Amino acid sequence: MALSHLGASASRSSSLLKPLSSALSLRRPISGDNSPLTVETSVPFTSHQCEAPSRSVETNPKELLTFFRDMALMRRMEIAADSLYKAKLIRGFCHLYDGQEAVAVGMEAAITKKDCIITAYRDHCTFVSRGGTLLEVFAELMGRQAGCSKGKGGSMHFYKKDSNFYGGHGIVGAQVPLGCGLAFAQKYSKDETVTFALYGDGAANQGQLFEALNISALWDLPAILVCENNHYGMGTAEWRAAKSPAYYKRGDYVPGLKVDGMDALAVKQACKFAKEHALKNGPIILEMDTYRYHGHSMSDPGSTYRTRDEISGVRQERDPIERIRKLILSHDLATEKELKDVEKEVRKEVDDAIAQAKESPMPEPSELFTNVYAKGLGVESFGADRKEVRATLP
Amino acid sequence: MAATFHGVGATVAALSSSSSSSSPSNSFGSKKLLSSPSRSFSVRKRASFTMVRSEGSMNFDLNSKGRRAQQLIANAVATKADSSPASSSSKPGHELLLFEALREGLEEEMERDPRVCVMGEDVGHYGGSYKVTKGLATKFGDLRVLDTPIAENSFTGMGIGAAMTGLRPVVEGMNMGFLLLAFNQISNNCGMLHYTSGGQFTIPIVIRGPGGVGRQLGAEHSQRLESYFQSIPGIQMVACSTPYNAKGLMKAAIRSENPVILFEHVLLYNLKERIPDEDYICNLEEAEMVRPGEHVTILTYSRMRYHVMQAAKTLVNKGYDPEVIDIRSLKPFDLYTIGNSVKKTHRVLIVEECMRTGGIGASLIAAITENFNDYLDAPIMCLSSQDVPTPYAGTLEEWTVVQPAQIVAAVEQLCQ
Repeated sequence: MALSHLGASASRSSSLLKPLSSALSLRRPISGDNSPLTVETSVPFTSHQCEAPSRSVETNPKELLTFFRDMALMRRMEIAADSLYKAKLIRGFCHLYDGQEAVAVGMEAAITKKDCIITAYRDHCTFVSRGGTLLEVFAELMGRQAGCSKGKGGSMHFYKKDSNFYGGHGIVGAQVPLGCGLAFAQKYSKDETVTFALYGDGAANQGQLFEALNISALWDLPAILVCENNHYGMGTAEWRAAKSPAYYKRGDYVPGLKVDGMDALAVKQACKFAKEHALKNGPIILEMDTYRYHGHSMSDPGSTYRTRDEISGVRQERDPIERIRKLILSHDLATEKELKDVEKEVRKEVDDAIAQAKESPMPEPSELFTNVYAKGLGVESFGADRKEVRATLP
Repeated sequence: MAATFHGVGATVAALSSSSSSSSPSNSFGSKKLLSSPSRSFSVRKRASFTMVRSEGSMNFDLNSKGRRAQQLIANAVATKADSSPASSSSKPGHELLLFEALREGLEEEMERDPRVCVMGEDVGHYGGSYKVTKGLATKFGDLRVLDTPIAENSFTGMGIGAAMTGLRPVVEGMNMGFLLLAFNQISNNCGMLHYTSGGQFTIPIVIRGPGGVGRQLGAEHSQRLESYFQSIPGIQMVACSTPYNAKGLMKAAIRSENPVILFEHVLLYNLKERIPDEDYICNLEEAEMVRPGEHVTILTYSRMRYHVMQAAKTLVNKGYDPEVIDIRSLKPFDLYTIGNSVKKTHRVLIVEECMRTGGIGASLIAAITENFNDYLDAPIMCLSSQDVPTPYAGTLEEWTVVQPAQIVAAVEQLCQ
């Protein structure tokens, strides 16, 4: 459980202050540069049926600063969404990702926009890391026209086709067979790309997952199943829902890797490794050991099934943004003040996006009936009076 | 003749704002207790108001002492609005919210019969995502209130398997939409085993959960599964709409030897009502006379009942006398009550939340036309939701669902 990490983390933070090698000792301007830097991950990887990648991650100041900025943006965005929900501008279900930002950011650093990502309903940050704008996020959350799904989808239905982000799904576990289907299409078109199908520890007990995994292994599909294990499936702790909470091992014949999901560099390393593996050998499972600070959704306080001490403990010891901040400061890549300025900038960006989203109008009534079918493809004839007769071939 | 329907009071008032404003702001999503009625109606206040629900009808007359329903009310069809049973003077009952009524029913049945158990996601330690099973795990233990992993197909199948041996599980779908994953189990096993085994096995299972269009829950969480399940032979479907019938139907469903699917509605959990202290059940196959009338029969169920009652106020003011029947039993239909009503009024309006295509309304139209065509003076009108996935945007979602203004317009058209 999450509590077991609190003890080990004390030793982890000390290792951050002693970088293995650093090409520079002088501080460069905050925009950073690409000179290589090697950092050790917080904990070594645990593997199942494969050889774990090395703990040393190649990175550079620019990347670290980008991580910091992106995660700060996501954190700010989720907290802003919390306030908007309480102000009743966002209704229905709203599942927040704060605490888990490292997974989205680390994964993106290891892949290209041609690789596909599909996830469940906790999708705001993954959407942003795939290139979605804050305006699209807030407008969709508020049900406005400028939203990524034109206001018709809502929090659980963010998609971005041009950067291969396939959503955004409300039914637990249903996205995993879809993800394996994406991998099948990639293999079919010989793209040399992979699919990351994300799901949670709650969804790990869905039968359709194992069905899809079996088929992917049988057909050697480049599918990477990523279990974002935040240890709670809504109100049920992982040990109460799964006989074996070692999700990375549950693929049995499919190799797996357990990763510290609060360490963006570890996530990056693991995803890089997984991509190489999947392209050669077929499916692999990654278990990201992560944590969510909010409850399951905005209607769940998040404190009836876990203690506040646990939550604040994780926040103190393992927070992904703090880890990167310490890394940046210890390597002298930026000053405290500069990082704080980044956070201020990010805050302003979020506020501006919200203001802009509020200006966006609600959808037109006619939008109720658009996009039910894909029309205009040349062969239609609907209606009692055949008003929509059309039979020209494209 | 019929008293003005202010009895549903708080609940209708709270729901009214959903039709008027473009951004509904009433607090239905929260769990606060509803305040007493005060909102935007210009209905003349009457000194007494009546809520007709059952044969032993409840009289919410504030001036006189409320009179009680009889012991074990099994008949839910009212005769007249003002009739009340010859009952002994008893306590006026107790007030509670709909989800508490469901819980009470469940708890009483669990106490009464040790074979009743509950299974579902987060029903035990968490207390249920809508608090229907709150406190039951502490009271009855982990073996009778089971927290399942997220595996609907499996645990529904397991519930059916357990029922085959004589246990009486109550399976909760956290949202009815999730039960689509268990469709095979419900259709092939739950519905058909009694038949295919030549009567050897009965499946006394209750499958329940909230469904329907909520407050901007998104397309996948706003589904109306009653239209998908209605073809399955061998199951019974009921929809509760008030705390009184929620408790009654829950108890009856658990006691029934047949598989029953109990449809609750996400937006109705906080309805408040006074219900009897005594043990009572509601008949599973009977419809409920909500408001007797002469001009037109309005058939509805679940949340649309409240939209209809709100429209009824406007209609009464305009001089119409609608007869409102909450059909409650979605499979099989109570054609007796419906038929009697059609024979009286000769005009039928169906108001449902299902989609137009293949919904409960569609089947009801077919059933009424087949059986009572001669009594109809006008074609049956059916108001249903649009055939679209429920959009997230509040304004679009409102237009998806039938609103009271549309009901009023439909009655006016029907009664021309």
